[in-house]
Amino acid sequence: MSRIVLEGISKIFGSKQVEGVELIRQGKRKAEIAAACGAVVGLCDISFDIVEGEILTLMGLSGSGKSTLLRCMNRLVEPSCGRIMVGDVDVTRLGRKDLLAFRQKTFGMVFQHFALLPNRTILSNVGFGLELKNVPAARWNEAAMQAIELVGLKGWEAKYPHELSGGMQQRAGLARALAADAEVLLMDEAFSALDPLIRRDMQSELRDLQQKLKKTIVFVSHDLDEAVALGGRIVLMKDGEVVQIGQPEEIVARPATEYVARFVEHIDRAAVMRAGQVADRSAPVLQPTLTVAEARIRIAGEGGDAWLVADDDRRFVGCLLAARLAAARPSETVASLLEASGEAVAAESRLDALLARVAAEGCVAVVDPDGRLIGGVGSRDVVRALAAHSAESQAGDHPETSILQQTAGAERWTGASRNFPSTRSATKASTGSPTMALG
Amino acid sequence: MLTTALVAVPPWVFIGLAALATYRIGGRKIGLLTLFGLLFLWNLRLWQATVETLVLVSLSTITALVIGIPVGIWFALSRRAWRTFSPILDMMQTLPSFVYLIPALPFFGLGAVSACFATIVFSVPPVIRLTALGIRNVPTELVEASDAFGGSTTQKLFKVQLPLALPTIMAGVNQTMMLALSMVVIAAMIGAGGLGRAVWQSIQRLEAGAGFEAGIGIVILAVILDRSTQALAARARPHGAA
Repeated sequence: MSRIVLEGISKIFGSKQVEGVELIRQGKRKAEIAAACGAVVGLCDISFDIVEGEILTLMGLSGSGKSTLLRCMNRLVEPSCGRIMVGDVDVTRLGRKDLLAFRQKTFGMVFQHFALLPNRTILSNVGFGLELKNVPAARWNEAAMQAIELVGLKGWEAKYPHELSGGMQQRAGLARALAADAEVLLMDEAFSALDPLIRRDMQSELRDLQQKLKKTIVFVSHDLDEAVALGGRIVLMKDGEVVQIGQPEEIVARPATEYVARFVEHIDRAAVMRAGQVADRSAPVLQPTLTVAEARIRIAGEGGDAWLVADDDRRFVGCLLAARLAAARPSETVASLLEASGEAVAAESRLDALLARVAAEGCVAVVDPDGRLIGGVGSRDVVRALAAHSAESQAGDHPETSILQQTAGAERWTGASRNFPSTRSATKASTGSPTMALG
Repeated sequence: MLTTALVAVPPWVFIGLAALATYRIGGRKIGLLTLFGLLFLWNLRLWQATVETLVLVSLSTITALVIGIPVGIWFALSRRAWRTFSPILDMMQTLPSFVYLIPALPFFGLGAVSACFATIVFSVPPVIRLTALGIRNVPTELVEASDAFGGSTTQKLFKVQLPLALPTIMAGVNQTMMLALSMVVIAAMIGAGGLGRAVWQSIQRLEAGAGFEAGIGIVILAVILDRSTQALAARARPHGAA
């Protein structure tokens, strides 16, 4: 029961709360409000849902309001107006005592600079959340030990924070949030203070933990690569507003605004794009029953290192190397020439995971969850997908139009993202509907 | 009174205990310093005066801490209180210390009580300031961590803010004690006993030698008290913070 719904959250800093909220209600934006009454807008009419058990990344540059938004969820920062539902509970209406109890039960938080108490051992730090709940010492000790084992810090529990490296300290920070057994983890730039290698390890470990524990995680980051590595939806923020919400591949493929396009410009596309997006759907598919002569006619005029072979049901059978086809006698059947090694990959596999296989095998088959062949990823498809990037940045000022004007390859993969569960565009979400509850 | 009780204790027992206590707090160097310093004062026949001064200083310091630490906490948590009363603290510290003798006299008359009162007023600001400063300087993230895990204001104060502010508070204790000691001679003018009186009398009688002896006595006491409270402060420092 930890689905989180944000409705029309705004935050005005300073004394001009009423005027600011009124102007936001009229649809004014940050700059206009600052000009009109001098109020500083931290968050402007933000609405979206967080699904139970997902990793959601709040992204944006510093000052975009992402940390403020995170702190609004557990009311470390008091929103000026709007409603936050966690399950059936309206967090914004809780009284002081209920709020403390609700924080203890529902939210675990991980901080950028770890926020471990220097005068306590790791064990006592990890048990801190439970200690605040007045859990008896024996029980919190046990729960803390479990959490410490879970994050791989066993053997360090009697040390003090300064005796641990940054990465280990943040593991302890994570363990503290896990020990409290909260439903939602709020992670504020949790890995930003770590060096890149440790950071990558922590990202993948967090993903594994999340799959094991099924927690809802809201992660704040200014690093797009990190958001991609975490693998969940991304909420892109700018000037206190949400600019776009969606899976990383969607945001890269169809940036809602020029700002988003510039933001994602330097992303490692191979890490974002999925096999299903890159796969060549129009390439000819051979049937195992065809003879070599018939196959040669079918592929006449098409280039490629290998051909996909599927049965009449479009179930993938195997790969046929072009060299092998060329060398074969006309009367042989396709089935007898198949490579044994070729195994199909799922449409949602990441492109960078395929690269080695594409290089080695020439063509990798991509299948949908039912096992039906979607298409093949050959070296040419990979190059096309990655080149779409430079095509875009060359197009320059108008990324929206540049996507439409792109090469055949690019059109193919933007089209392919229809396969993915559509997330609503943020332009819709942030302009807000008049029915939104304010205050 | 306490002074008579302490004077009744044989000096060698007292000195032994004091040396042991400072040894436990601050190690061998401070222990030896205490041992020989106090033996020296005994030898100068200033034992009675030394004990009187020690009692005056400790009583004033303890009272100043009992008042100062809670007020410091209040100032740390309430911005308004800080803004309102900060100028008063400034004034307390800038007024010449003699001035505090004036209001003390009509209320408490000549004697140790007035001396104590003046000493307390003079020595309380540092502990208030440093308590407030220590609590305010606890990193925001740590305070937020307590809030985020649902800690109440009391839990936050006792589990996070006070433990982390302790080294700074101990520095305040040290400062307060030193200020109390610096009032010893001045307080002697309104009838406080001890080493201060010995100094004051020797000034009036132009006995440079006796004054010098008592002066050295005050310095020795000051060094012992300062070293041992600083050692206490160092102990309060959390592991890792250098």
